[in-house]
Amino acid sequence: MKINDVILQTVTRIVVFIILTLGVYLFLSGHHNPGGGFIGGLVLASAFVLLYLAFDIETVHKGTPFDFKIVAAIGVFISVTTGLGSLLFGSHFLTQTFAHVHLPVLGETELATVVLFEVGVALTVVGTVVTIILSISEDV
Amino acid sequence: MNTVITAIMLPFLAAVLISLLYKRLPRTRIGWFVLFVPVSLFIILARYIPAIAKGETYSYSIDWIPSYGIRFSTYLDGLSMIFALLITGVGSLVILYSIYYLSARESLHHFYIYLLLFMGAMLGVVFSDHLFVLYAFWELTSISSFLLIAFWYHRKNSRYGAQKSLLITVSGGIAMLVGFIMLFVMAESASIRELIATFPSLSNESLFLPAMILILLGAFTKSAQFPFHIWLPDAMEAPTPVSAYLHSATMVKAGIYLIARFTPIFGGDAIWFWLISGVGIFTLFWGSLNAVRQIDLKALLAFSTVSQLGLIVSLFGLGSVALSFGSSTESVIYTQATFAALFHLVNHSTFKGALFMVVGIIDHELGTRDIRKLGGLMALMPITFTIAMIGSFSMAGLPPFNGFLSKELFFAATLNIQQVDLFSLATWGWLFPVIAWIASVFTFVYCMIIVFKTFFGAYHPEKLEHHAKEAPIGMLISPIILACFVIGIFLFPNVLGDSLLRPAMTSVFPSIAQVSEQLPSISIWHGFNGPLYMTIGVIAMGVLLFRILRRWQPVYRLLPPEWSLNALYNLALVQAEERSEKITRSYMTGNLRDYALYVYLFFFITIGGGLYLTGAFSFDMSNNAQIRIYEWILVFVMMIAGVAILFAKSRLTATLLNGVLGYSIAIFFVLFRAPDLALTQLVVETVTTALFLLCFRFLPEWKKETYKRKTKVFHAIIAIATGTLVTLLALSVQSNKMFESISVYFENAYELAGGNNIVNTILGDFRAFDTMLEIVVLFIAGLGVFTLIKLKAGKEEQNIENK
Repeated sequence: MKINDVILQTVTRIVVFIILTLGVYLFLSGHHNPGGGFIGGLVLASAFVLLYLAFDIETVHKGTPFDFKIVAAIGVFISVTTGLGSLLFGSHFLTQTFAHVHLPVLGETELATVVLFEVGVALTVVGTVVTIILSISEDV
Repeated sequence: MNTVITAIMLPFLAAVLISLLYKRLPRTRIGWFVLFVPVSLFIILARYIPAIAKGETYSYSIDWIPSYGIRFSTYLDGLSMIFALLITGVGSLVILYSIYYLSARESLHHFYIYLLLFMGAMLGVVFSDHLFVLYAFWELTSISSFLLIAFWYHRKNSRYGAQKSLLITVSGGIAMLVGFIMLFVMAESASIRELIATFPSLSNESLFLPAMILILLGAFTKSAQFPFHIWLPDAMEAPTPVSAYLHSATMVKAGIYLIARFTPIFGGDAIWFWLISGVGIFTLFWGSLNAVRQIDLKALLAFSTVSQLGLIVSLFGLGSVALSFGSSTESVIYTQATFAALFHLVNHSTFKGALFMVVGIIDHELGTRDIRKLGGLMALMPITFTIAMIGSFSMAGLPPFNGFLSKELFFAATLNIQQVDLFSLATWGWLFPVIAWIASVFTFVYCMIIVFKTFFGAYHPEKLEHHAKEAPIGMLISPIILACFVIGIFLFPNVLGDSLLRPAMTSVFPSIAQVSEQLPSISIWHGFNGPLYMTIGVIAMGVLLFRILRRWQPVYRLLPPEWSLNALYNLALVQAEERSEKITRSYMTGNLRDYALYVYLFFFITIGGGLYLTGAFSFDMSNNAQIRIYEWILVFVMMIAGVAILFAKSRLTATLLNGVLGYSIAIFFVLFRAPDLALTQLVVETVTTALFLLCFRFLPEWKKETYKRKTKVFHAIIAIATGTLVTLLALSVQSNKMFESISVYFENAYELAGGNNIVNTILGDFRAFDTMLEIVVLFIAGLGVFTLIKLKAGKEEQNIENK
């Protein structure tokens, strides 16, 4: 019996964007408010999981044409290389810095190297969580 | 470079050379190449005899491990001179003999490498002045002896004998090492000469007695003293040259060397005296008693070696009494026992080496060593017979052979010891001459067995593999030389005494200054006195016992074979193996739950017990915050969920209850104002619960536990105890805040890291290293899950490792 899950799919279409937005918001707000790379990554991952639940794997793969294992690897790579970056400026490994810069559109903005590090964390979390869930569910 | 160090190193270098050269050299030539080593060493060392006789000593040392103060220090004095000459002299003769004894088909290069290793190690033992260097060489003799005994490794008995000798001698060696360490701790020096110089201050230390007993254990196991003698008869599975060299002339005398070397330190102590003389004299008796019953000539010689070693050891014990009198003319009388020991040591090496070689010739020519098959060889093998007779009669203590002289000195020493008024010798001293006399009678009997059962009587060609004929001259040279020494030493005993034994006496008794001058010279005819009457008694009684041997030999069957020391040794080995296996099986059950139990038990006992004993548990509730109503409710929910998991009937229930616990914790984080943690906990709990549910679809039904009630109760007790302990620990920690918290520093997060979220600045900035490695962990876990599922290594029938 083919189950007609049109309601689920329609709701998902809308909800996924809300979740993705929330994930990005949590990620960006982490510096001053609750949130950060880890939580942001988990929330983003849950958006992908919801997609996989609502649609079949092939459809999702067409929409998101990247391998989550590679995403996770890129995440680890970014985190480690940002740590190495500080060595170029004569600091210790993983030294983070920040500055207040005046940008054309955004105005007075705080830029911090810790965001780059957190990008790595977030990508690793997204990649790993989706990889684990996909691997197990594909095995069923 | 110093001669002594050259002497130690030359055999090792030669051994290395053999391993390089054996393919280029013709097989038969290896022996001749090896022979060059001991002969040249003997000549080099012999050149020092006149200087040593004048009382000179040579020492030399080079740094080995300077940071531990271990120096490769050597010392050449009278005592080490005797042993070194025996090692190189008998070594040369044995190698010459082995060239003719071993056929070219044997793996000769192995044989000579082992033999050279042994020779170098033995020289190292007698020349070392440093305790730990001595120990290193000591173990090297055990190992090379092990290799030589198992030379014919395809034979079961060879392997058994080698294993036995290694187990016993190495156990003793380890005991000796512990003793050495104790000595080192007491004297703060590892040099034997320095130890001797400081010995009076040592005897009051509490470690003095344990050190003495442990060192003696090493000496007794090496020298095959009762009850450790059992390895020696089994070591007779080695090729006969090995038996002649290791098990009569050198290795078994390493223990004797050790006793002689340490006499200046420990001698004069009652326990030292009684242990050495008691064990020695009993070994003398026991060895001679057992030698008579043997039917294999080599086994007979093995027991006779045990017995003779006992004689030498007991003489060293009797001589050590002199040290308790200090430096006086009176004490010199008692040092004669030690003089006799050194004299017999040399004599024993000569006649026992010759006898082993004779037995080897008989074995080689006739194919058997069983005395029941032998007989009537006198006319067929006249030279062999002559050597055997000289050796045996010397061992029995008959004139005109050197054994007679040392046996007379031995009897004299046992008679003298009764006059000592120390160590309750006035009460028990009479035992020494009595046991010595009885043992000598048995010695006489087995010596007669060697000569008369082998060479007299009827010849039985049908029982032999080959027809009897005289051995080739090459095999006869070495025993002839030794036999010449046997007679030569009898005729001119004082040549040996003055040049070698007197300087050695100074080494054994450095505190008695007059010792080397006041010793009387050995005289062949010493008048009608106690020792001579004893010898006449020995001969009369021995002849009588040998005549009626058949009538009293059944006495040996009175004791069942299960009562022997060998049976005890085998039983101990078997039991050790069975018991240890049983013990291991009893706790290595393969059940993970049991292992978890051990972990918790260990945790409970060490942490709980340790903290209880140190009194670390203390509770202080005064600083605790007020508990709010939400917290009460939450704790109540969690407790219900936690207890309910234990009684859950299905896996789904358990998982969901686990989820309840997880979400409650998230709410706790909210209550205790940790928003980041609460967020993370919520998402992670959701993901893990989903994963659990996904995985549990594939697991079988949750079965009811089949544990016994008793086990369940025990598990419950352990669980409750561990939980209580952790609670107590947490409460104690909370009550004992010893330092100010460092979290004040992180309150400057905005100034230092530009962020208002302290938690995230700690994770990403202050302590980013942790975070970096945590995401690596996460990544590895993801890859692990992926590979486990995709590869499915376990499901394939073929073992991947064997591909």
